[in-house]
Amino acid sequence: MNKIGKPNLEIFSETLLSEAKKNKDIIVVTSDSRGSGKLVPFGKELPDQIIEVGIAEQNLVGVSSGLAAGGKIVFGVSPASFLTARSLEQIKNDVAYSDRNVSLIGISAGISYGQLGSTHHSIHDFATLRAINNMTIVAPADNFEASQAIKQSISYDHPLYIRYGKKPMMDIHPPGTEFKIGKSIVVKKGEDLTIVATGETLQRAYLASEILKESNIHCSIISMHTIKPFDKKTFIEFSKNSKVILTVEEHSTFGGLGECCANLIAQNNINVKLKILGIPDEYMINGSQADVLDHYNMSPEKIAEISKDLLNK
Amino acid sequence: MDLNQLKIKSLEYRKTILDIIYKSGAGHTGGSLSCIDILNVLYNKVLDINPKNFNEKDRNHYIHSKGHSVEALYTVLCDQGFFSRKDLEKLNHFNSHFIGHPTRKILGIEHNTGALGHGLSVAVGLALSKKIDQKTNKVFSLLGDGELSEGSVWEACTTASKYHLDNLIVIIDRNDLQITGNTEEVNPIEPIDKKFEAFGFETISTNGNNISELLDVFKEIPIQKNKPTVIIAKTTKGSGVSFIENQINWHHKVPSEDEYRRAISELNEKLKSYE
Repeated sequence: MNKIGKPNLEIFSETLLSEAKKNKDIIVVTSDSRGSGKLVPFGKELPDQIIEVGIAEQNLVGVSSGLAAGGKIVFGVSPASFLTARSLEQIKNDVAYSDRNVSLIGISAGISYGQLGSTHHSIHDFATLRAINNMTIVAPADNFEASQAIKQSISYDHPLYIRYGKKPMMDIHPPGTEFKIGKSIVVKKGEDLTIVATGETLQRAYLASEILKESNIHCSIISMHTIKPFDKKTFIEFSKNSKVILTVEEHSTFGGLGECCANLIAQNNINVKLKILGIPDEYMINGSQADVLDHYNMSPEKIAEISKDLLNK
Repeated sequence: MDLNQLKIKSLEYRKTILDIIYKSGAGHTGGSLSCIDILNVLYNKVLDINPKNFNEKDRNHYIHSKGHSVEALYTVLCDQGFFSRKDLEKLNHFNSHFIGHPTRKILGIEHNTGALGHGLSVAVGLALSKKIDQKTNKVFSLLGDGELSEGSVWEACTTASKYHLDNLIVIIDRNDLQITGNTEEVNPIEPIDKKFEAFGFETISTNGNNISELLDVFKEIPIQKNKPTVIIAKTTKGSGVSFIENQINWHHKVPSEDEYRRAISELNEKLKSYE
């Protein structure tokens, strides 16, 4: 049984603090979000490397861009819901179009804020940011991916968005796994179907594959941690060799992982059955992150059941 | 460069603005003419930014927040040797980087602007980076008066004040007009000085089309230690050409051949007085 690790958000803040101690040019910008971003220790230990702009997300992104223009390695940290909607024009113009070395960190992403409602959910961030040129989008799954994404972001000289959730995550990857922004990780290989998941839903896909194994159904599992640029090569390779592709994401079914996969399947004339799991276009149900994901067919049991149906088994 | 030379430059710059807008068939004539004297003084007497030091980190910076008045910026940068007049003639051509708003694809331009209300936050971030590095470099940013309706401008002001950014100099091109009409009719923004003061700035007003007054004002900055400065530069939209001045339709009107010749002739007449 895989070990349950820490919340990815904690891994983000610990990794960033450790890196920032070694590099004075690393600057964090927060919008009254240091508590939510687990950055209180960062603020205490490195007060000269944190800029607080108050509840002003547009300003957070603009100030981050200016700091980057001044040669700093900048992490703009704010709840994903506000960061990627309210500040969208600043992300588009001041970070992406101006090509600044800014890493935007969307904290409590997806439906991490569960019961707080749709104002606090970011089920739009992949879709909005995918349509912005020069943006890279990363959704780490487990603690390993969470930590690697931050380490690599420091030397990644272009606009980057990374989203983190706040619940403890199961360790998926064994030691020695390679992580590279833009390159997916094949978690396991199986001949019956391929489940492609991104971010924290990877854990659910992985558990579903364990259930399916009991019925002698063998899955390939791909961690598509980078939504853009998309690892087309790996995806197309698996699509051509699978009977079924099932995608799982903590995001609207519009404009995210699933639609990206559908696009590739259609444009490459691949004959494979596809099912997209995500949040449908409706007034969202309220509940904890786990309950909401379960409700929208993303419990491990439901993913396994849907997989069997798709395979007619 | 003495006062007369600067005044001659302002007239020559106006001719260039009209020329490139006329030849390319597009541009923001009124706003470029209102802010050209400010850019003249900044680039020739204040900023010390040139093609040789532009890629260095330790220098002053200028963010052109009112991005639509890019023809004024192109004109001054061309004169500073960042690119040739032949390059500038490519304005609005297919596949040219000389487009209707500034981008970093052009040497000398610090930041991509165009959507209003963005430049000040970026300038604040730059000014913060100078403070963190304990450098004395200054960051200047020019905003339009209509732009002050953007809420993000005031978000940026709170941070400038909080971090005591006395290395930040904001200039407001107060030409009273925006695309729909007079700013006070479209969406009143006065009292500009009291608003900035309430946000923790030191304010100073000047005639933004008077070279001599501008030179005096820039000698005084920062007005007060530990506080950001705002210069409210009272200007005339379309300044320097009689039939363009204060005419709302000249916000982005392109001169006809006849208007172009009349404007150039008027500016040439003014230049004669310096011969």
